[in-house]
Amino acid sequence: MSSESKFGDYGGQYVPEALMPAIEELTDAYERYVLDNEDGFMDEFRERLRDFGGRPTPLQRADRLSERYDREVYLKREDLLHGGAHKLNNALGQVLLAKYMGKDRIIAETGAGQHGTATAMASAYLGMPCEIYMGRTDINRQRPNVFRMRIHDAEVNPVDIGSGTLKEAINETMRDWATNVEDTHYVIGSIVGPHPFPKMVRDFQSVISEEAREQVRDQTGRLPDSVVACAGGGSNTMGTFHEFVPDEDVDLVAVEAGGSELTIDEDEDLAPHSASLSTGEEGVLHGARTKLLQNRDGQILESHSVSAGLDYSGVGPELAYLADEGRVTPVNVGDDAALEAFHRLSKLEGIIPALESSHALAYLEEAVLGEQADDLGDLVVVNVSGRGDKDLDTVIEESEKRDLDAAPSMEVFEGEQ
Amino acid sequence: MSSSIREAFADEPPLISYVAAGDPDAESTKEYVRALVRGGADVIELGLPFSEPIAEGPTIQQAIRRALDAGMTPDRYFDLVAELREDAEVDVPLVCMTYYNLIYQYGDSEAQRASDASGKTASEGREGPEPFVEAAAEAGISGLIVPDLPVDESGPLKSACEAHGLDLIFIVAPTTTDERLDRMLDRATGFVYVQGRLGTTGARSDVSTDTHVSLGRLDETDLPKAVGFGISERDHAREIVSGGADGIIVGSAFVDLIAEGDEVADRLEAKARELKEGALDGAEKVPEPEGK
Ligand SMILES: Cc1ncc(COP(=O)(O)O)c(C=O)c1O
Repeated sequence: MSSESKFGDYGGQYVPEALMPAIEELTDAYERYVLDNEDGFMDEFRERLRDFGGRPTPLQRADRLSERYDREVYLKREDLLHGGAHKLNNALGQVLLAKYMGKDRIIAETGAGQHGTATAMASAYLGMPCEIYMGRTDINRQRPNVFRMRIHDAEVNPVDIGSGTLKEAINETMRDWATNVEDTHYVIGSIVGPHPFPKMVRDFQSVISEEAREQVRDQTGRLPDSVVACAGGGSNTMGTFHEFVPDEDVDLVAVEAGGSELTIDEDEDLAPHSASLSTGEEGVLHGARTKLLQNRDGQILESHSVSAGLDYSGVGPELAYLADEGRVTPVNVGDDAALEAFHRLSKLEGIIPALESSHALAYLEEAVLGEQADDLGDLVVVNVSGRGDKDLDTVIEESEKRDLDAAPSMEVFEGEQ
Repeated sequence: MSSSIREAFADEPPLISYVAAGDPDAESTKEYVRALVRGGADVIELGLPFSEPIAEGPTIQQAIRRALDAGMTPDRYFDLVAELREDAEVDVPLVCMTYYNLIYQYGDSEAQRASDASGKTASEGREGPEPFVEAAAEAGISGLIVPDLPVDESGPLKSACEAHGLDLIFIVAPTTTDERLDRMLDRATGFVYVQGRLGTTGARSDVSTDTHVSLGRLDETDLPKAVGFGISERDHAREIVSGGADGIIVGSAFVDLIAEGDEVADRLEAKARELKEGALDGAEKVPEPEGK
């Protein structure tokens, strides 16, 4: 079993002993229900994703982006999934699995709040009590999602330790799990954590690439030259890539948050970015061996991104492995480029993307017209992992701070409410 | 082979006490360790602070934060251990409690340090846990406790510990299945760390019934069993030892005193004495186990 828990040297199960029996139980449930469809679990999951979630999501040709970049650009519209992000695929899968396992309490961590919202929503839908841990910084920059979680009757527990972002929220959720492991399921929000989470979350998210691969063939008669997705922990990334991995001619591009710059501030022990795939070192965090932002002693560094959902010091072990193997190309774009891409898509296509997804869109601009000169080919699929409603406050504030040309001025409207 | 840690269990139930190295600074840690030994501590668990201590409750999390802010690093930790080893007052085994990433990363960073010093480019780091264990052994550490390393992933660390004569101590949780317990006991040396209750470290006001259940399951084991997680008072110590534990592990109750910052050394000594007396009281109530 331990070989299956790894991707090359990455992955594994590095957690306190108190959690190990629960992780063994979960591994068993994963193999039976998800892999073997016992009791029709996967059928029920698919059906609920369709009826409750609104799947399949469209693969839309982006006409004006296609014109701008002089190639075919298709958008996989995960922003149209119920709740506004790909996160529901996983949250629904795991809450349903917890029910099959007879658990009676759900806990989760959240960064951008999208995973927390999806988990709260799925828990309300399936009738499970739910508690969400969220860093104080993230609570402040993602307030609409905090309210959404509360409206679905989830408890939101603020985490004040450290920088108050996703890393600290995960620590705190693991502590809760270690205390209440016998009746509680921890719905991890990305392809991170101990085995079986990275594989299980990927399997739930793979519906994105299953649909996208079929849709792109139906609509264009062929496979794309490249598939682009943003990478925080990497769940929309692997979800978008998975079915294309065997298609060796399809380039898979994972876009990380380059933040404000790529160098690490050694004195402050701060990484002003969260590009663990491109710049991280192998280590062990949150139950898995993977690529991490860490100092030379192995202390984990605080990451930074304008986008809360990408602001994490690690990345899923499968992505680390595929990057080493050369199957996935890790790239990164900075905060400014992501903000510009946010405004660009909003103006050109009438879609307000999440700041996370804006990173993927920004890479298109940089690869085709900008600095990163990369050959994305004639047919590109970009995953729009979520919608940007949750980010409006941040975008307005950060755009003003930077005096972004692309941003509309909101000044004249202030005080008119 | 009998380790120095195991010998600490030979005559009476040992008090195993935890402090975070460098909380609030390295000099204070030395003073506090001396005070704990004066008060009757038989083994000192010295925490090497890691930025993501997922097994710790608020008390020890904050201690670790203070130590990191004061600049504690693995190299300074080993210096501190070596200094304690030279201190005639500190004649008890020292156990390193830390998280796996620091152990794992040490080889790489060692190569990096060497290359910084020589001005040459970094050669490949020595992979895996061996360099850390070697440095720990040289400094005078007798054993390791790594709360995020379950027995399943412990192979490389276990080999390194065997090569350098260190005990690798495993934690048995209330949820641990019999099958996992067998696997653990196969690899454990020194003593078995019985986690007294589910959850994280932290002082509690009572003794969990989980403790007695866990101890019951370990009756047949010939390794000594020490209970930790939650012990903070004389009565807890007595109850746990009279319930079959061979020793007690106390962390947060000491770290709380350090955090309060008031006559710390004296109060640590008094607290250690109180807990040790509780353990001795408890021991008088149990008949000598056969075969020991
Ligand atoms: C819309 C959206 N996209 C992407 C991410 C990043 O997560 P992942 O890399 O796991 O897809 C998040 C995380 O919250 C998100 O909300």
